[in-house]
Amino acid sequence: MEITYTPEQQAFRAEARAWLETHVPREPLRSMDTAAGFEEHRRWERTLNDGRWAMVPWPVEYGGRGANLIEWLIFEEEYWRAGAPGRVNQNGIFLLGPTLMEHGTPEQKARFLPRMAAGDDIWAQGWSEPNAGSDMAAIRATARREGDHYVLNGQKTWCSRAAFGDWLFGIFRTDPNSQRHIGLTFILLPLRSEGVHVRPIAQLDGETGFAEVFFEDAHVPVANRLGEEGDGWKIAMATAGFERGLMLRSPARFQSTAHKLVRLYKNNRNAADPGVRDAVVRGWMEAEAYCLNTYRTASRLIAGGSIGAEASLNKIFWSEMDLNMHEAGLTLLGPRAELMENAPAAGDVGNWLDGFLFALAGPIYAGTNEIQRNVIAERLLGLPRK
Amino acid sequence: MHFDFDQDRLLFRDSVRALLSDECTPEALRTLAASESGRSPALWAKLADMGLLGLRVAEAHGGMGLSEVDFVLPLEETGRAGLAEPVVETAAIAAPLLGTLESDARAAQMLPDIAAGKATVTVGHPANAFVSDAHVATSLLLAQQDEIHLVPARRITIEHEPAIDPLRRLFTVEWSPGSDTLLASGPHARALLAAAFDRGAFATAAQQLGVAEKLVETAVAYACTRQQFGQAIGAFQAIKHMLASVAVRIEFARPVVHRAACVVAATADGEASLERAVTVSHAKAAASEAATMAAKAALQVHGAIGYTWEVDLHLWMKRAWSLDLAWGSAAYHRARVADLILDGDAPAPSFGFSGRNP
Repeated sequence: MEITYTPEQQAFRAEARAWLETHVPREPLRSMDTAAGFEEHRRWERTLNDGRWAMVPWPVEYGGRGANLIEWLIFEEEYWRAGAPGRVNQNGIFLLGPTLMEHGTPEQKARFLPRMAAGDDIWAQGWSEPNAGSDMAAIRATARREGDHYVLNGQKTWCSRAAFGDWLFGIFRTDPNSQRHIGLTFILLPLRSEGVHVRPIAQLDGETGFAEVFFEDAHVPVANRLGEEGDGWKIAMATAGFERGLMLRSPARFQSTAHKLVRLYKNNRNAADPGVRDAVVRGWMEAEAYCLNTYRTASRLIAGGSIGAEASLNKIFWSEMDLNMHEAGLTLLGPRAELMENAPAAGDVGNWLDGFLFALAGPIYAGTNEIQRNVIAERLLGLPRK
Repeated sequence: MHFDFDQDRLLFRDSVRALLSDECTPEALRTLAASESGRSPALWAKLADMGLLGLRVAEAHGGMGLSEVDFVLPLEETGRAGLAEPVVETAAIAAPLLGTLESDARAAQMLPDIAAGKATVTVGHPANAFVSDAHVATSLLLAQQDEIHLVPARRITIEHEPAIDPLRRLFTVEWSPGSDTLLASGPHARALLAAAFDRGAFATAAQQLGVAEKLVETAVAYACTRQQFGQAIGAFQAIKHMLASVAVRIEFARPVVHRAACVVAATADGEASLERAVTVSHAKAAASEAATMAAKAALQVHGAIGYTWEVDLHLWMKRAWSLDLAWGSAAYHRARVADLILDGDAPAPSFGFSGRNP
């Protein structure tokens, strides 16, 4: 048990801080869910990669620094502290990247990881289908083997970043006679190719953060299969674990929101509803708790431990905390809370509304919180499935 | 940075758990609850033999010379076991406080007795309306304005205040300060009382974690066996989701309590420490909330049988309530964090994110 940083860790923090102070754009980038904003974010990813900061935990050969998880958390703290742009390639670097590291062949790693780190390939995810949401094992989209290709048919939906992205990863039914989570295979494919049609979908904020993707005899080389045929479910679950856990939702993101909320409270204290004080302090405490829990998990993983269903505890906690903090923020803003960012009287209100809308999605994506509660009850507490 | 416990501490926790699960069976707790004192000298001696009572006493005084980081997991076990002996007061508050005052012969003399289980020292602190375990205490640390007194049991009169928790023993204590009982005064006494409060809140928070876990285990065990509509009620999502929500609260209270252990251990008693105040209050608020939430959920899962004296559930459920009130309730501690981080000009201290070494 040691809760102070080593001199090496402090030096790493100082180096990250200095680089970010020089390189983070002075003006916020346009939304990554617009065509122009997407390309601005891609350029930011290139800048990060040029400084070798794109994905610090990755091995040097793939563009990383071979940093451990504690250093990763430190980097994230500095990244959020600096107000750096959101990561347009988060599906790639935070979800597919770690999955490739574990299940990819050496050729696949060399082919995909450096381009991912550089922002050359921005990834979209293809899990859900119109009839496979919470019940993801009901997947129907097929990949029929023909020689050294798979031929894809069917539909994926809620594919985040697919509107402007380059590649998609997802699971497809390779065994037509299979049921449920058997007979599924993890496949990587370029979105702009023959037989693949992308229809962007406007989200609550009006922007096209996700899309539905249709496959009509789309040909994908067998070399684009991740893992063995039929292992898709197992590999997808590992990816989903990264999504619920400490990669995608590092604590600094929420601590940053909590600090903004505390500032907002201090600036609006006189007009604030007395009840909101408790909501603000709860938000701050929960962001701290999430951070502490993540450091504990990282320490355990570094010491050779593993996480499984505990990721479901995380997912519920951060998604509910994020929503509560944004609700408290909007309460503090009072009548300005409904203004969009471009309203003349908005000030920084737009950011809170935007954050609130996105926070509303938290209990839904990465597996609904109801599904997570089932997982906790059955796998961690030992309650009966039926 | 390694925010986790090493093997030695986990093994010590396991041996404390093994001892307490033998000693604090529900039958034993019920027998004790029905007894007049509610306390067991034999059990107290075993806690001393295990090293728990002298854990915070220096080796030079016959103790183990360990810190709150070593103590936090055993304290959780005392909560899980439903132990009601005054471990928090004697071992987690009085021992370190007297250790700070070891240059005083009266304090130095008492330390080996605490470690050996011969002295039971309870604490009368302004934060608590009543003094627990005054009936079995050999000495009491009592506060009077800016003074701390070490008062022998023969110099007090007590009146029992029966409490809802059948194992809790609360008293109104009458006493008169004397120059021979005065241990510390002025700013020094104020600092020691502040440290005693934070130690009490921290140790109680650790116990609340154990209480919360025990309540969830009890509710899960019941939900796996109780059949309605032809199946175990634990298969219903209404039950699953309620208990899963409690599990989330416990999971995210635990590291907060463990961080508080680190900070209490690293802060000298004489120091005013914003960090200790914030981290301890956060810990007590989070653990207390988890325990009271667990108590309500466990009762609901049990249904009518949970509303009886007949099942053991009530022992832990009532402990969750009584420990919520001891050393500041969840609401009190959340308000204290709010005062500390929202009313000052300094930015709120933040683990990791502040980028400084705690």
